[in-house]
Amino acid sequence: MFDLDKWQEIFGTIRQNKLRTFLTAFGVFWGIFMLILLLGAGRGMQNGVGQEFAGEAMNSIWIWEGKTNMPYQGLKAGREIHFANQDLALITNDLGDKMNMLAPRNRVWGEYTINYKTKNGSYQVLGSVGEFFKLNGEKFIKGRMLNQNDADEKRKVMVIGEKVRKTLFGDGEGIGEYVKVKGVFFKVVGIFTTNQNNGRNEERAYIPFSTLQMVFNQPNKVQVMVLNGIDGIPAIEIENSVRKVLANNHKFDTEDRQAIGINNNEENYKRFMGLFNGIAMFVWVVGIGTLIAGVVGVSNIMLIIVKERTKEIGVRKALGATPWSIVSLILQESIFITAFSGYLGLLASIGLLDSLRYLIEVTGAELPYFTRPEVDTYVAISATLILVLAGALAGLIPALKAANIKPIEALRAD
Amino acid sequence: MITLQNIHKYYEVGANKLHVLKGLDMTIEEGELVSIMGSSGSGKSTLLNILGILDDYDTGTYTLNHTPMKNLSQTKAAYYRNQFLGFVFQSFNLLSFKNAMENVALPLYYQKVPRKERNKIALEYLDRVGLKEWAEHSPNEMSGGQKQRVAIARALISKPKVILADEPTGALDTKTSEEVMEIFKEVNHEGITVIIVTHENEVANQTQRVIRLKDGNIINY
Repeated sequence: MFDLDKWQEIFGTIRQNKLRTFLTAFGVFWGIFMLILLLGAGRGMQNGVGQEFAGEAMNSIWIWEGKTNMPYQGLKAGREIHFANQDLALITNDLGDKMNMLAPRNRVWGEYTINYKTKNGSYQVLGSVGEFFKLNGEKFIKGRMLNQNDADEKRKVMVIGEKVRKTLFGDGEGIGEYVKVKGVFFKVVGIFTTNQNNGRNEERAYIPFSTLQMVFNQPNKVQVMVLNGIDGIPAIEIENSVRKVLANNHKFDTEDRQAIGINNNEENYKRFMGLFNGIAMFVWVVGIGTLIAGVVGVSNIMLIIVKERTKEIGVRKALGATPWSIVSLILQESIFITAFSGYLGLLASIGLLDSLRYLIEVTGAELPYFTRPEVDTYVAISATLILVLAGALAGLIPALKAANIKPIEALRAD
Repeated sequence: MITLQNIHKYYEVGANKLHVLKGLDMTIEEGELVSIMGSSGSGKSTLLNILGILDDYDTGTYTLNHTPMKNLSQTKAAYYRNQFLGFVFQSFNLLSFKNAMENVALPLYYQKVPRKERNKIALEYLDRVGLKEWAEHSPNEMSGGQKQRVAIARALISKPKVILADEPTGALDTKTSEEVMEIFKEVNHEGITVIIVTHENEVANQTQRVIRLKDGNIINY
């Protein structure tokens, strides 16, 4: 029920004590402001890390060559492990239905640049297959990715990152143009973007894996393999199977962690998420602590208000005010102050986060592991609920105290 | 209107019990104008608190308007105060952030009378005490006499059976004291019982009856 009179009473007392009300309100304002700001910043970090993983298959596993560290079956430690096409076949066989995608990737060795007419750029040229882009999350904005025909016919085609296109072709589209690498011409058929590695992965060019093996003299050589399992198969299970197959083929101990390098994205992601859940919890604890300080401030001030208004409350009671009318008056004032100032804090912090996000987007600033600080509705709603609850709690003790004031107090002359 | 039978009141002071009212018996009829006198410590304030249902008593019976007043809940006590009693205090006790009209209307707020209506009634009562044109003024713009007249209007607005006044002229000069007393007499003529606690003989002499208290006993009835 909307009771205009009660609100007038409340505004009357607030007007009476502007500074005091302001200071109290500021405590709550600051509490909620910091809580939301911290939560937003935490989310920004989470988004930043999320972006690193963006597009990439969350369950992808990367495998690269290493050097044995443990003697195995009479073989000495220190042996270099080199992958070959056979390994791809072995892994495919072993995993069978469980495997979703598998892609090899090699790099063109030596000194070279990518040349187009008079322009050139010193970018990495790698060889891979279409699946690789699905695993690694490159997005094609023009043209197409590498396909099976490219591999089968060992076509001299190339897909390039957006940054490479800019350097070589400027405003030109690039598709259909021929570029030269180490004296060999490649036709550009696709442009991709990615924000991995803070966008530096755009400074790359890919040619078909089979073409690279042939043209750049890496017959039957495989440097890196990327694969993932089908949904529902834990990446760690795939990782263990692959390790076993390779250990068997290359004769190294499965316990030997240096024979081959394995990077399991799912495990990394889990670790990051665990970290962020920890951070989020920490932020809530700190934020709620700050909020409690603000609420205790409100409670404190309301106690003083009740003390100061002892006489007034006594008079009201003498004139027929019921205990409940006094309790609700104090409670309502307390809830009003906390809810209003808290809401302002909410608005201010969301405003700050939004303008921060806007600035980051407009200036294109690339902060490592920090993008799009934001607060979701769920957090905002729970914060608002906490506020009203806190306001009620802050007012409760003073209100009960006020209700217990004996009207006799009012009769006593000063 | 008011009947007290063998009223005892103790205050606990530390481990000791202070016997403040030692078995009071008295009756005040409807329409009387009575004063209660006594030196400080005689128990007159305590008596007034009990009469005003502001404080409880330990033994005895107190009937107000044929209703026994004992072991009332706070809400019930508030209801009876609002229905039966009007208070006038020595220090006026007006709310400083409300203007005269709003102060007068306050008891009606607790009777849940709509705002417009209670402000209208408040203006009528202000007119009665001769302060209609001061309705929009806040109490601290008024003289002591004016404040007390506002307080009387506030006490009257709920149409009480009994007006309880605690040293109503204690903070006023002689002339304004007389004005205030005139208002009390007028009110009394309309049939409302008026009980004034005072230590001034001039005030007591203007009432129909004086009840004298000494050391918790009524010595002159």
